[in-house]
Formats: sequence, C-alpha cells, structure tokens
Amino acid sequence: MTWGSVDAFLAMGGHGLYVWGSYGVAALCICLEIYFLSNSKEKP
Amino acid sequence: MNFDLFRFAAPQAFFPVAGKLIPWFSVIAGVFALAGLYVAFFVAPTDTQQGESYRIIFIHVPAAWMSMFLYLVMAGWAGFGLAFHTRLSGMMASAIAPTGAMFTFVALWTGALWGKPTWGTYWVWDARLTSELILLFLYLGFIALKSAIADPARADRAGAILALVGAVNVPIIYFSVQWWNTLHQGASVSLTRAPSMAATMLLGMLLMALAAWMYSIAASLARLRAIIRERERDTEWLRMQRAAA
Repeated sequence: MTWGSVDAFLAMGGHGLYVWGSYGVAALCICLEIYFLSNSKEKP
Repeated sequence: MNFDLFRFAAPQAFFPVAGKLIPWFSVIAGVFALAGLYVAFFVAPTDTQQGESYRIIFIHVPAAWMSMFLYLVMAGWAGFGLAFHTRLSGMMASAIAPTGAMFTFVALWTGALWGKPTWGTYWVWDARLTSELILLFLYLGFIALKSAIADPARADRAGAILALVGAVNVPIIYFSVQWWNTLHQGASVSLTRAPSMAATMLLGMLLMALAAWMYSIAASLARLRAIIRERERDTEWLRMQRAAA
C-alpha cells in the first residue's frame, strides 16, 4: 500500500476520524498505563 | 543442574526475576508493534468493501483477543491460588486485571468506531458486544472487590471466586457470533480453517497480537513488582532490598 500524500494517509479514504480515533485512544490508554506503572515504581 | 521452578512461587524469589524480564518483554513488544504498524498502514491493501476503515482491525482484534486471554490467565492464577494457597498467585491475578480491563475498553472503543462507518451505528445490544461489555464489568468488579477487602488473603479468595465464576463469560463472548444472530461478523481467523483474509492483513494482525501479548507480560510484571513491594513491605528481604538500593 502506498499513499499518494501525507493528507491522503491522514484522511484514510474519508474514515480518518474513525481510524485515528481508534489508534489514538488505544495509544493513550497504553501510555497512561505505562505512566501509572512507572509512577508506582518510584515509591520504595 | 538442579533447577527448581517452584522456588519462584515465593515473592522474594520472583521479584528480581520479574525485574530482569520487564525490559526484554518491553523491547520485544516495541519491535512487534513497529513491524505490525508498518504492515498495517504500508503493506496491507485497501479492503474492497470497507475501504480504509478496516485498518481498525489491526488494533481491534488483538485487543479483543487479549481481553479474553488475559481474563482466562487471571482466573487461572486466581484459581491456582485458591486451591494451593500460593502467595504469589493472587498477586499475579491482581497484576493482570488492569491490563485486561484496558484491552477490553480498547476492544469496545475501537469496535464502536469501526461499527459506525461499517454498520451505521456505534453500538447495538448484540450478543458479542454485550458479552464483551460484561467482561469489562467483570474486570472492574474484580479490581473493586479486591481493593474493598483490607486483608490480602481474604481479598485473594473473594476475588478468585468472582474471577472463576466470571470465566464462563469468555466462551460466551467467543462463540456468541455462532450461537446467536449478531450484527458482529463471525471469526475471520480460527484454528480449524484457513483465514478468510489477505495474507498481509493476517500478518499485520498477528504481529500486533504478539506486540499486545508481550506488552501485557511486561505491564503485568511491572504491576506485580509494585504489588509485591506493597504487600511485603514489612518483610526482611524487602527491607534489605531497599537498603541496598
């Protein structure tokens, strides 16, 4: 799969909001979990 | 060589092992995720029916698989602890639950965002979707129940019973698309027949599933270490660890 432009990549054929909304929230959840885990590590 | 695996059932023996394993699993998870995302966005072709929205599959299916798999692993550890009174088992179950809940939420969220362009709706009270939502409530119930009981041994026992009873929901989720008429499609990948999708799509999905799996191990082990620190804080071995650090 080759995308013509960055815009085409972000647009995801008109479904950009759904695709990036999925990946974005998933990435956010994982980042939050890693943040909480690294925070709990600090305490002895 | 005399290697005794059961030695690691003791928190003080497993604590340093977990610490050594976490970076490895984290790195492997990262490598699989990068490879998986590359295949998902730059190798896998556009779907003839769904266009580009189908690319949600690379996060949705691995998250849904992990949500069910982690529940079974969690219930397995909880049940093991209930049967054999091994101290580490209950901690292991507690360590897995939040990661399992997180993947369940991701599966539901990405499913909703995939459902809108594909089915025309974010949510229906369909057997697959409803049973997956119940899985999220089971995870949250397990976490809430355990944190509501102050005595760790009693919390482990109560949590184990909830986890084991709730395990009946996992096959219901898995087979719901066969047992009932659902809006959700049937399995595209199963152990008994060839997958009904392009090879590159399958590759991307498997890479992302491996990444999710490795990540779950790393996250659970990190949480396990935090739980061990909390529960064993008055023990001599942990005091010595703290002094050495």
